[in-house]
Amino acid sequence: MAKIRKDQERETPALSTSSLPDIIFMFLFFFMAVTTMKEITFKVRVSPPTATEVTKLENKSLTRYVYVGKPMEQYIKTMGSETRIQLGDAFADPAEIQQYIINERSAMNESDQSMLTVSIKADKNTKMGVVNDIKQSLRRANALKIVYSAAKKPEATEL
Amino acid sequence: MGKRKTSEINSSSMADIAFLLLIFFLVTTSMSTSTGLARRLPPPLPPDVKAPDQDINKRNLFAVKVNSQNELLVQGELMNIKDLRKKAKEFIENTNNDPNMPVKSKVNIPLVGEVEITKDHVISLQNDVDTEYQAYISVQNELVAAYNELRNDFSRQRFGKIYDDLDEEHQKAVQAVYPQKISEAEPKNYGGVK
Repeated sequence: MAKIRKDQERETPALSTSSLPDIIFMFLFFFMAVTTMKEITFKVRVSPPTATEVTKLENKSLTRYVYVGKPMEQYIKTMGSETRIQLGDAFADPAEIQQYIINERSAMNESDQSMLTVSIKADKNTKMGVVNDIKQSLRRANALKIVYSAAKKPEATEL
Repeated sequence: MGKRKTSEINSSSMADIAFLLLIFFLVTTSMSTSTGLARRLPPPLPPDVKAPDQDINKRNLFAVKVNSQNELLVQGELMNIKDLRKKAKEFIENTNNDPNMPVKSKVNIPLVGEVEITKDHVISLQNDVDTEYQAYISVQNELVAAYNELRNDFSRQRFGKIYDDLDEEHQKAVQAVYPQKISEAEPKNYGGVK
């Protein structure tokens, strides 16, 4: 005969956490797939200009970056607040770009050297004088493939 | 005595390990994908040679100048950036064979056949030292957009698809019809002192 027990306290069973690792792993793989390793730590503040006709950069391993912008707060004391150039992890003079590119190129595979692309990541308020200097140095270093880094903006073009 | 059971490995710390990995990847990676406008610089000149005056027929040249106030001078007229795309398209296409627009010549292109194109046109972009980068990029963007629209129109007309959906060979053909020719001259001081 079935007994109907009424008086006993009913306990909610503990939530099983055995699937938690799986969920976290899913997250992990998701992030591993959609993100990329940080190239460097920024020492200059770069908020890229926007454009509508941007294309994706195809080959990241063949790309070198030149950052242009105003130094971050913690560097203003030493570097001033004027627009500066950052190559790799350090501040640089415009004159150093040529040598930097040449060094970077000679460190690459010989078959890849001609495919070297230089991405100019400049802040949108940068004056073109600085960018022009960079372009001239890149020409002298024979790095002719360049990309003006810009963020994608939805249609509607206004200055 | 019965068989000894190996006790199950306690997997409750698995979640913690996974969390650690997750946080590590969140910190060291960045979400941003690099996008931008690809360009090709002109080859360097030997140090003691002056820039040669390029002999370009005047009607083939579309001059865009940006001054220090980020204003545009297109073919000698002040212009709003919104109108630049249309103007550039008119110039590149030269539908009516206007004598002030670039010379059209018949060219035989594989997959397309014989077409009349303005193959010698050059868009020259000059900017001041004080021009803002955003303004410069906007102008570049409009010029690229003009080319992209022309290419898309042409592909749709001929192949019934937009340019991006064509295969490589067809893309090359369309590129040959509308070659991108944006030249970046040395900077000059326009617009006087600030």
